[in-house]
Amino acid sequence: MRTLLFLLRKEFKQIFRNKSLLPMIFAMPLIQLVVMPLAADYEIKNINISIVDHDRSPYSQQLISKITASGYFVLADFGDSFDAAFQQIEEEKSDLILEIPAGFERNLVRDKREKLFIAVNAINGTKANLGGAYLNQIIQNYNAEVRLEWINPARFNTIPQVEVASSNWFNPFMNYRFFMVPGILAFLVTMVAAYMSALNIVKEKEVGTIEQINVTPIKKYQFILGKLIPFWIIGVVIFSIGLFFVSRILYGIVPIGSVFLLYGFLAIYLVALLGLGLLISTYSDTQQQAMSVAFFIMMIFLLMSGLFTPIDSMPEWAQIVAYSNPLTYFIEVMRMVMLKGSGFLDIARHLLVMIGFAIFFNTWAVLNYHKST
Amino acid sequence: MVTLQNISKTYNKGAIKAVDQVSFKVKKGELFGLIGPDGAGKTSIFRMLTTLLIPDGGVASVNGLDVVTGYKEIRKQVGYMPGKFSLYQDLTVEENLNFFATLFNTTVQENYDLIKEIYVQIEPFKTRRAGKLSGGMKQKLALCCALIHRPTVLFLDEPTTGVDTVSRKEFWDMLKRLKDQGITILVSTPYMDEATLCERIALIQGGKIMSIDTPEAIIKSYPSPLFAVKSSKMSVLLEDLRKQDQVKSSFAFGEFHHLTFKENLPENQQSLLNDLEKLGHTCLEMKEITPTIEDCFIQLMSH
Repeated sequence: MRTLLFLLRKEFKQIFRNKSLLPMIFAMPLIQLVVMPLAADYEIKNINISIVDHDRSPYSQQLISKITASGYFVLADFGDSFDAAFQQIEEEKSDLILEIPAGFERNLVRDKREKLFIAVNAINGTKANLGGAYLNQIIQNYNAEVRLEWINPARFNTIPQVEVASSNWFNPFMNYRFFMVPGILAFLVTMVAAYMSALNIVKEKEVGTIEQINVTPIKKYQFILGKLIPFWIIGVVIFSIGLFFVSRILYGIVPIGSVFLLYGFLAIYLVALLGLGLLISTYSDTQQQAMSVAFFIMMIFLLMSGLFTPIDSMPEWAQIVAYSNPLTYFIEVMRMVMLKGSGFLDIARHLLVMIGFAIFFNTWAVLNYHKST
Repeated sequence: MVTLQNISKTYNKGAIKAVDQVSFKVKKGELFGLIGPDGAGKTSIFRMLTTLLIPDGGVASVNGLDVVTGYKEIRKQVGYMPGKFSLYQDLTVEENLNFFATLFNTTVQENYDLIKEIYVQIEPFKTRRAGKLSGGMKQKLALCCALIHRPTVLFLDEPTTGVDTVSRKEFWDMLKRLKDQGITILVSTPYMDEATLCERIALIQGGKIMSIDTPEAIIKSYPSPLFAVKSSKMSVLLEDLRKQDQVKSSFAFGEFHHLTFKENLPENQQSLLNDLEKLGHTCLEMKEITPTIEDCFIQLMSH
C-alpha cells in the first residue's frame, strides 16, 4: 500500500511537471468542447440559390420573395437562362437552381397545375439534401396559399387531406447542442484516458526506466495500478469540468437523469478505456508507435460511435463495428441520462456490456504485459 | 555467489546467437569484470542474471537462487545499473533516490552509510532534475540508486562508457571501496585498460567466453614474447611486417605495431630489423614488451 501511494505520488509529480502534457490533458479537451459543438451545426443556412424565371409574373415574384424571406437561402443569381445559372453552379457560387417555366402563372390559373424544376449540386451531400428539402417545403407552403386564394373555402375543406404535425420529444426545440455536447464530452474523456495511459507506460519503456523498475521487488499489479489510477482520476476531473462548467454553464444543459448514474457508468468506462491504453502500450516500444495506434483506434471510435451519424443508418457490417465500440455505449448513455432522464434499469444493458469491455481489455493487456517482460 | 552453467540466449527465433554456452563463477566479495567489445553478449548476460531475460538454455543462479524460479527473491538482493541511464529524468536527484528506496521497502537514512561517500558528491545538486545532470553525476546517482537497498551483488553494465577519464578513475576507486564492504561486484566494460582493475576477468567475444582468470594470469599465459616496433612510415611498415616469413602476427597498437615471431629465436629481433632496413624503413625502433589485456584479447580472437 505504501509502495502504491508512493508510485501515485511520483506519477502525479511527473504529470504536473510536464509543461507540455498538462495543457494537453486539461485545456485541449475543454477548448474542443467549447468550439466543436458550435461548429458541428446540422442546421444549414446560407444556401446559395440561382433562380431562372422565364415567367416574370406576380406569382413567380411571390414565390421568389417567399424563398428569399425564409432565411435559409441567399439569392446568388437571378436571370432567365438556365445555362447562365448552371455556370454559377460550376463556379461553386450557387448550390441550387430553381427554374420557373414560362407561363407559370397562366398554367397555374388555367390548368390548376404547373411544374417547377429544381437542380441541386450534390457534391456537398448534406447541403444538397437539406437545401432541396427546405425548398420543397417552401414551395408546398406556397402551393397551399395559392389554393386558399383560388378555391372556395367551403369546397376546399371537402378535399381530404393529411397533415402531419410533429413534436420533438426530449429536445423540444431540436437544439442540436443538447445532442452534440454530451457526445463530444464522452469522446474527449475517451481520448484523454486512452492516449495518456498508453503514452505514459510506453514512455517508461522508451526512456528505459522500466528496466530499473523491473529489477525491484515491486509487483506487477502495483506498477499497473500506479499507472492507471492517476489517469482514472484525471478522466473523472475532466468529465466533471466538462459536465458542470462547459455544458451546464456555457450551454445550459442540465442533466435530467441522475448525475450519480453518469459517474457510475464513467467509472467503469474509464477502467475499460485505460485497459485499452495499457493494451496499446504492451504492443508498442516507442511513444510514436503508441501514438499512431491510438490515433487509428480513436478515429474509428469517433466516426463509428453514432456521434455524428446515426448508427441505424449505417450498413450492417458497420453497425457491428459500432456496437463493438465502447464509445458508442458511453455516448448513448450520456444522451439517454442527460436528455431523457433514463434510470439505472434503462442503461443496465450498457453497463453490463461496459463491464465486459473492461474485463476484456484489461485481461488481454495484463496477459500480454506478462509475456513482454 | 553468481554461477552460470552453459547459459545460452538467442534472438529473432534463434537467428542471432547472443550468448553461447557461457559458464563462469563469481566468488563472494569478488570484483569480476566481463570484458569484450560491443555486441559480445555482455548486456544479455547481465539481463539474464538480473532476471530481466529468461535464458534459452543452461542454469544460472545468484546467491544460490535460480534466475528463473527465484527471480522475486533475487530482485530484492541485487543492485543493477543498466548501461543506459534509466532513472527518471524529470524527478530530482533526491526524489529518484527516495523513490527507489521506497520500492525496496527501505529508506535513504537506513542505508545512508553505504552511499554516503558517493552521495556527498552529488548532494549539492539534490534538487536538480536527474535529466539536467552531467554524465559523471548521472552515473553516480545511478550507482546510489542501485545501492540504496544494500544489495549483496551489484551488476554494473558498462558503467564507464561515455564518462571522462578522471570520472572513470574515481568510479573504479568507488567500486574498490564497495568491494571492501563485502559486496560482490560484476562489471562489464568494452575498455581493455580497465580489465587490470578487476580481480578476475572473463574475456568475451561473439557470445563465447574466451578466457577466465586474473588479469595477471591471462597476461602471463600469452604464448610467445611480444615485440613493439615503429618506424617513420607506419602503414607501410605494417604491410611489410605481414610479408615477413618469420613474423607470426602483427597488428597496429597505438604508436607502435605489436608483433610475435613464429619461432622463439634470440636473433629474431636483429634479423627483422635488418630486413626492414633493406626495405627502406628509417628511424626503426624495436623492443620486447609485456603484453596487455588487449594483446591477449587479439591473440585469443585470432584462434
